[in-house]
Amino acid sequence: MYVPGSIFLAVMVITFNLRTTDSYQWPATLSEWHLFEAPLAELKPSSGVIPYTVNAPLYSDYAHKSRFIKLPPGKSAHFNTTSAFVMPDGTILIKNFYYFIDERQPDKGRIILETRLIVRDQGNWHAMSYRWNEKQTEATKAIAGGSTDISWIDIAGKKRQLLYLIPDANQCKNCHNKNDLLLPLGITARQLSGPKEDNQLLMWQRNHMLSGLPEDLKMIPELVDYENESYSIEARARSYLDANCAHCHSSEGSARTSGLNLNYDESSPHSFGVMKPPVAAGRGSGGMQFNIVPGKPNQSILLFRMESDDPGIRMPEINRQIPHEEGIELIREWIRNMDDR
Amino acid sequence: MFRRLYILLVFAWIPSIVFGQPEIQQAWQEEWILVEDGSTINLPEGIFHFTRTLSLEGKKKIHIKGAGMGKTILSFAGQIEGGEGIRITNSEGIRLEGFTVIDSKGDGIKAQHVNDIQFLFVEAKWSGKPDKENGAYGLYPVQCQRVLLYESKAYGASDAGLYVGQCEQVVVRKCYAEGNVAGIEIENTTHADVVENTVTGNTGGILVFDLPDLEIKKGGHVKVYKNKVIENNYKNFAPQGNIVGQVPPGTGIMVLATSDVEIYDNEITNNRTVGTAIMSYYVTEIPIKDESYNPYPSRIYVHDNTYTREKRWPILKNKFGKLFLLKFGRKVPHIIYDGIQEDISVSPSTGRLLPEYEICIYNNKEETFANIDAGNKFKGLTRDLELFRCQ
Repeated sequence: MYVPGSIFLAVMVITFNLRTTDSYQWPATLSEWHLFEAPLAELKPSSGVIPYTVNAPLYSDYAHKSRFIKLPPGKSAHFNTTSAFVMPDGTILIKNFYYFIDERQPDKGRIILETRLIVRDQGNWHAMSYRWNEKQTEATKAIAGGSTDISWIDIAGKKRQLLYLIPDANQCKNCHNKNDLLLPLGITARQLSGPKEDNQLLMWQRNHMLSGLPEDLKMIPELVDYENESYSIEARARSYLDANCAHCHSSEGSARTSGLNLNYDESSPHSFGVMKPPVAAGRGSGGMQFNIVPGKPNQSILLFRMESDDPGIRMPEINRQIPHEEGIELIREWIRNMDDR
Repeated sequence: MFRRLYILLVFAWIPSIVFGQPEIQQAWQEEWILVEDGSTINLPEGIFHFTRTLSLEGKKKIHIKGAGMGKTILSFAGQIEGGEGIRITNSEGIRLEGFTVIDSKGDGIKAQHVNDIQFLFVEAKWSGKPDKENGAYGLYPVQCQRVLLYESKAYGASDAGLYVGQCEQVVVRKCYAEGNVAGIEIENTTHADVVENTVTGNTGGILVFDLPDLEIKKGGHVKVYKNKVIENNYKNFAPQGNIVGQVPPGTGIMVLATSDVEIYDNEITNNRTVGTAIMSYYVTEIPIKDESYNPYPSRIYVHDNTYTREKRWPILKNKFGKLFLLKFGRKVPHIIYDGIQEDISVSPSTGRLLPEYEICIYNNKEETFANIDAGNKFKGLTRDLELFRCQ
């Protein structure tokens, strides 16, 4: 009989159960990660930090973004058709959020506001934002988020300003949530596969970053660049909704309680909102009866909530204060052209 | 009268201590993120102003303890982001106790995927008169298991004050709801006891609903007993498009499309349009696209309640109010059944609902009744209770 050992084990088990689920130890500053060469603000990636692009980006108050992935040396991600690729412990996903001082002349400079990291450790993903200082020399972890006043001149020459909100660590999981587990959103086949001429995933495969890529790339479902008018309105709209809404509005996301699923592969028009009454919309209904009324964008709750800047009405609920004019136009056009199903 | 008293109370708070800086937001949110499982977070007395949702995520055994309802006040009047005041997700064993949340832009306190969640002496309210610009739900557990709402309150919600949606094993006890569209609403929820609550001055007092298109399809096994359901005659101020927007002002208790509901030992007093309504989803006239959804109420037992009603006209601002005026004048029956049923649920020989679908009404004080035959343009409207005696 080995009593002291079992008591020790019992204590271990209890202690483990009472520990917080997210116990990842985050370095205090971004420079400690050694992801970018000095000076930090140039965002010049260190070796092994690889830039990537997504087909349909999330709109975040007109912020510009740059994305990087760092896989541990000698390790690769494994392809998956529908959800996030399986990535090894030590993988780091990096997203920088910045505004050009004048969008018409990017060489006038930019202001970086935050760098969001998603890190895989011991089989789980963890997320944190690092907030940049005014001098643009360093970013420090922002557990409880934060806010920064920002103004810029947009592409049309119009002055814009905003109290930019940096998400807190819990808010990361509002969106990065699949059945209550934190998961990356961009590292999926539908976001990464493309363009046709030189598929990004082929480059990953060549660089030993990716295994399991199917031979026939045509089999891979792809979102389209919703700003590219050469694609159909249908493809652009469904891609837009997938990228901007489906992280919550899917059967595995935070908004599953609503029964409204906006993922691109939802095939039931009723489930993606056509003549579907709202469930818990409150004043988010705008006095309207259905999420989408075909042919009638002005009677569609979906569009009303995209157009609103009221925190109790607007969608998405977080990471979006300024209505996305181009996205609204696209969805308006999509609903207007929709057949009476 | 109640409302005036409330407004006075709102003003009475103002002289107490007021905190409200971004630092409070950051400090509290950071504490809620870093808190170790098994801890208590103490909220001091005073008014604290927040600009964003406060959230708790992925925690076990956390006790968030204020100095008391109306003493610790979290104000979200200046909220610029977030669909709720407090948001609790993906957690286990959470006890919220002794504080008030006011003026959130969306819902007051939302708990989603939290097992073992307790709201004790917690209040969600909106300042001023009830208004359609207020948030939808006051206290809002959704997709939770083992839920307790005890001695908690809601005022002014533009949908339901105390709303339990898609949950299992629920007790709502000794709570108070006033000035909401629905006082208490149990929706697509199984095994809920709604007991010893007071609901007054709402549009509808207590609603037990099953709605289509939801992930958790079916509610039922709901007991509503020993409640005081008084003067729920407030105008319906829900934004159009929300299902509660259809609830007639002057409704005491309403069952919509749910099965296994027992309503007994309640005091149902001076609700001008209907004391207890038993309805199918068809009365909403919203097309049903969900094939797995059952729109009929079944196995409903209404007994041993005490109904009282002054002789007054029903409230006319609803199709039912108008219909009742036309059919009943000032003598509106206490219990109304819409009479919409499938042929297969009725015994061809007796005309009664088969036991599997039965609706039983017995032993109530002042037991007046009408089957309004809503499916046939009210042609077969009858006040005869004989078919619903179930003896």
